[in-house]
Amino acid sequence: MERSTLDLWVGLFVCAGIGALLVLAMKVGNMTTGGIGGESYTVYANFDNIGGLKPRAAVKSAGVVVGRVTSLGFDNERFNARVVLSIDGAFKFPKDTTASILTSGLLGEQYIGLEAGGDPANLADGDSIKLTQSAVVLEKLISQFLYSKAAEGDTVKK
Amino acid sequence: MFNRSATLSVRNIGHHAVDIVWRLGYASRFFALTVASSGATFRRLQLLIRELYFTGVLSLIIILVSGLFVGMVLGLQGYHTLQTYGSESALGVLVALSLVRELGPVVAALLFASRAGSAMTAEIGLMKATEQLAAMEMMAVDPIARVVAPRFWAGVISMPLLAALFSAMGIFGGYLVGVVLIGVDEGSFWSQMQAAVDFRNDIMNGVIKSFVFGVAVTWISLFEGYDATPTAEGVSGATTRTVVTSSLAILGLDFLLTSFMFRGL
Repeated sequence: MERSTLDLWVGLFVCAGIGALLVLAMKVGNMTTGGIGGESYTVYANFDNIGGLKPRAAVKSAGVVVGRVTSLGFDNERFNARVVLSIDGAFKFPKDTTASILTSGLLGEQYIGLEAGGDPANLADGDSIKLTQSAVVLEKLISQFLYSKAAEGDTVKK
Repeated sequence: MFNRSATLSVRNIGHHAVDIVWRLGYASRFFALTVASSGATFRRLQLLIRELYFTGVLSLIIILVSGLFVGMVLGLQGYHTLQTYGSESALGVLVALSLVRELGPVVAALLFASRAGSAMTAEIGLMKATEQLAAMEMMAVDPIARVVAPRFWAGVISMPLLAALFSAMGIFGGYLVGVVLIGVDEGSFWSQMQAAVDFRNDIMNGVIKSFVFGVAVTWISLFEGYDATPTAEGVSGATTRTVVTSSLAILGLDFLLTSFMFRGL
């Protein structure tokens, strides 16, 4: 085989390999949606219960992804969960924004939903979100339902 | 009588153990020497390109075809399993994650070991058997720098590229079966996949895995060829050992790497 055709084939092979990596990164991975580009700011939020929230879970507002969960930890002073959120710098939220842990679909992954308040001042880097709503724990929900059913039964008997 | 055969078997075990440690040490010295004398490979790129053609380009067909079929099978099997839970829209996630994290690097490396690794062992073993390596030494050409190092780097470079191609092809196969044939919603197929697959945690870890496998497979194949008994029988035995040892090394390394990489996920 001639050297030039050899070079051509090897060049094609390397291009195809790098192209496959790019396809994986762009089409399969979250390079385009992961919020790697652009500046972001960090906000903290304490929750009584984070349920099945995972690092890198989405932070959404009105259904639009505005950031990601950076890390989860336990607050030793308040005895609840401390969640670090990284929010895209393009999105500003008022100081009295509410953060709640929601589930997408019945069995889907959990994410943090932000609901904007009315404060004129915006959340800055390092601020904490004061108003939070915990994840729904199915066992608690069921037990509440059972208690209320039991209470209903009592009233009917009387 | 019993005593004698017992001592003999104990002696045999000891001999095998010492032999394994001896070979391991020799192989490590060989590896260090290969890396140390790889300067010529990058100064004379023609050598590297020639080997890239033989290890990379010629392995393309088997890698692409098997990737496509593995992806198609994943699509079919995944659909039937997910369907029972009514979550067939997660098919994209299943196909992409299993390919990018595990199947891409591992299956591509297994194919690479049997396609390119065995060929490398046979080539170098035959060079040794026909005393070409000795002839090179006589002409003051270092056979490790001239023959071994270009093959090593060609294997290390082409392995991650082949694994990426395998994964991309597999995802295309899963798309073909899942979306085109069965009719899973195209939008949710891609968007759920993009939401679940992380570039750094999944794709880059897959690339690191395939790089490690590339080093291991080429190292084992080159060493087996270099160390082969210079007879027809010795070369065939070395080729078999290459495939067996590399496959075991790939699976073992994969377990180790996975336990390090995906601990928290």
